[in-house]
Amino acid sequence: MLGFMLLTVMTALRVLSRNRLRAGLTMLGIVIGVGAVIAMVSIGQGARAAVQAQVASMGTNVIIIMPGSTTVSGVRGGQGGAVTLTVSDAADLKKRSPLLSDTGWARREVIQIVNGNRNWNGPVNGISPSYLTIRDWSFVSGGAFTQADMDAAARVALIGQTTLENLFDPSEEAIGATIRIKNVPFQIVGVLAPKGQSAQGSDQDDVLFIPFTTAERKVFGSQFLGSVGALFASTEQSADLPEAVEHVREVLRGRHRLQSEQADDFTIRTQVDIGKVQESTGQTLTVMLFAIASVSLLVGGIGIMNILLVSVTERTREIGVRMAVGAKRVHILMQFLIEAVTLSLVGGVIGVMVGIIGARLTTAIAGWPTIISLDSIVGACIFSLAVGLFFGLYPANKAARLNPIDALRYE
Amino acid sequence: MGSLIVCENMWKIYRVGDVEVQALREINLSIDRGEFVAVMGTSGSGKSTLMNILGCLDQPTRGRYQLDGMDVGTAKPDLLAELRNRQIGFVFQSFNLIPRTSALENAQLPLLYRGDPLKEQRKQAAAALQRVGLSGREQHYPSQLSGGQQQRVAIARALVGTPSLLFADEPTGNLDTASSREILDILAELNREDGITIILVTHEPDIAAYAARELVMKDGKIVQDVRRVAHLSVVR
Repeated sequence: MLGFMLLTVMTALRVLSRNRLRAGLTMLGIVIGVGAVIAMVSIGQGARAAVQAQVASMGTNVIIIMPGSTTVSGVRGGQGGAVTLTVSDAADLKKRSPLLSDTGWARREVIQIVNGNRNWNGPVNGISPSYLTIRDWSFVSGGAFTQADMDAAARVALIGQTTLENLFDPSEEAIGATIRIKNVPFQIVGVLAPKGQSAQGSDQDDVLFIPFTTAERKVFGSQFLGSVGALFASTEQSADLPEAVEHVREVLRGRHRLQSEQADDFTIRTQVDIGKVQESTGQTLTVMLFAIASVSLLVGGIGIMNILLVSVTERTREIGVRMAVGAKRVHILMQFLIEAVTLSLVGGVIGVMVGIIGARLTTAIAGWPTIISLDSIVGACIFSLAVGLFFGLYPANKAARLNPIDALRYE
Repeated sequence: MGSLIVCENMWKIYRVGDVEVQALREINLSIDRGEFVAVMGTSGSGKSTLMNILGCLDQPTRGRYQLDGMDVGTAKPDLLAELRNRQIGFVFQSFNLIPRTSALENAQLPLLYRGDPLKEQRKQAAAALQRVGLSGREQHYPSQLSGGQQQRVAIARALVGTPSLLFADEPTGNLDTASSREILDILAELNREDGITIILVTHEPDIAAYAARELVMKDGKIVQDVRRVAHLSVVR
């Protein structure tokens, strides 16, 4: 049987190479289908990897706690409407929750920042020093401010890349320079490394960090001391996140004296939640890809079936001769199945190459990140093989069921 | 050892719409190993139908056909294929070589379906081609060979599996006189030297003269069955 298979594959290849144009046109459906799948999967995976990088840029294992909404005379104020979180909440959380490796806090406002004759209306973020470690910020030059700066409400600032570009000339040295916020002079002590877009699409580098105490006392002002815009916490391991979230909720509800029937007056989010949104987007993309692939492979399969039916008719006499010299039905069946699979598999391989070239071109021209995975290549090949088998079965069976006498007589 | 072919009261009836066509009627026939039989008859006399049934390409409607002790009438298609593969060789009027396939591969075809090692298959196919005088043309395509040469490839294909029975259906119908002689000489030689039973279907008496036994068919019946000293044996 092995010898038969080998010779049949060789025969199939010869038959195909004899009708190159026809074989090429037949395979086109598969080529386009597989090519499209490979290209789009690689674009999808590239996009997913980029999103994952964005989520990771938030910092690792981060829990974000936002103030909840207030209801004033039945009008709900929306998220962040209430000022319910305080610095002491953060301190207490750290004390009472062993799962949290660190807690930090921040409060931000969009204010005009001035450097000489330039100005920039951007977010100024008053933060605790721990915020920088939780959110995984690193520095291009200079360094973070210290707890001492915090305690002394020092007028120091860390500048993000976007803010830097808008306030300083590229040739200008930022470290040590003095900028003004609401006429309060600040000395820049650190330039932050760029983080890029956040998962929500905002520019994370458009930022200026100053110590929380300084912000509260000298820049923003405050309704009551210690109220923060958001709390941040981190855990050692991402596996601890769900438990930590529950613990945080418990502690905060206790501190805020919430009755069991009352809703939380804060919202807790983690990277995991944000990642989930991205994942569902990815799933939609996958479903669409699958739909496109199915349609084009279906069309390609029908093309193969069509050409094989023509081939069976054309070669009826040959089938008759083969039967006369002792070919069993299974031999004839195999012969045409092998031809179908050869067509679809060769089409699939060409499709993979087209797909890879397409993905490369996308990266080169549109600048989208693409990742070509071995999985998608193997999957595409297996799928095109299956298409060949499925659509080859009917013509092959038709050939195998021919009556030898009629086949021999066929003109 | 009994006869190679035994037919008892064998009928073949086709039904075309409401019309019943009796292609073979009450055939009683026995052919021994090593015989050289010519089947003659006008077109429509049933000689092709008889050959199809004897060649295990078709099965009788009624009656019994035994090939080498095996009941063909009730055999399943795969067993018929097996019988054709092991026992029978065919030579057709229109050669029926597979186009754009080398002479060697054409000759190799029956062995392909036996599943012998490929190397062995090629060796035997080459030997068969040599036997019919086509050494050196193994890689030629049918389109590159003359009619006589093509028919010799067909004979090589028929004998490569060392069958006990060889059917030749108007083997010289498409050939000139010289090529016809060559082909018939080869058939006669195979019959004489290898003891292969040959059944030659023809409507030309001078070709039938090569055979030692002559069957004449008419309206689906064997109307004449004569044995005589073959033409070739006299010449040689």
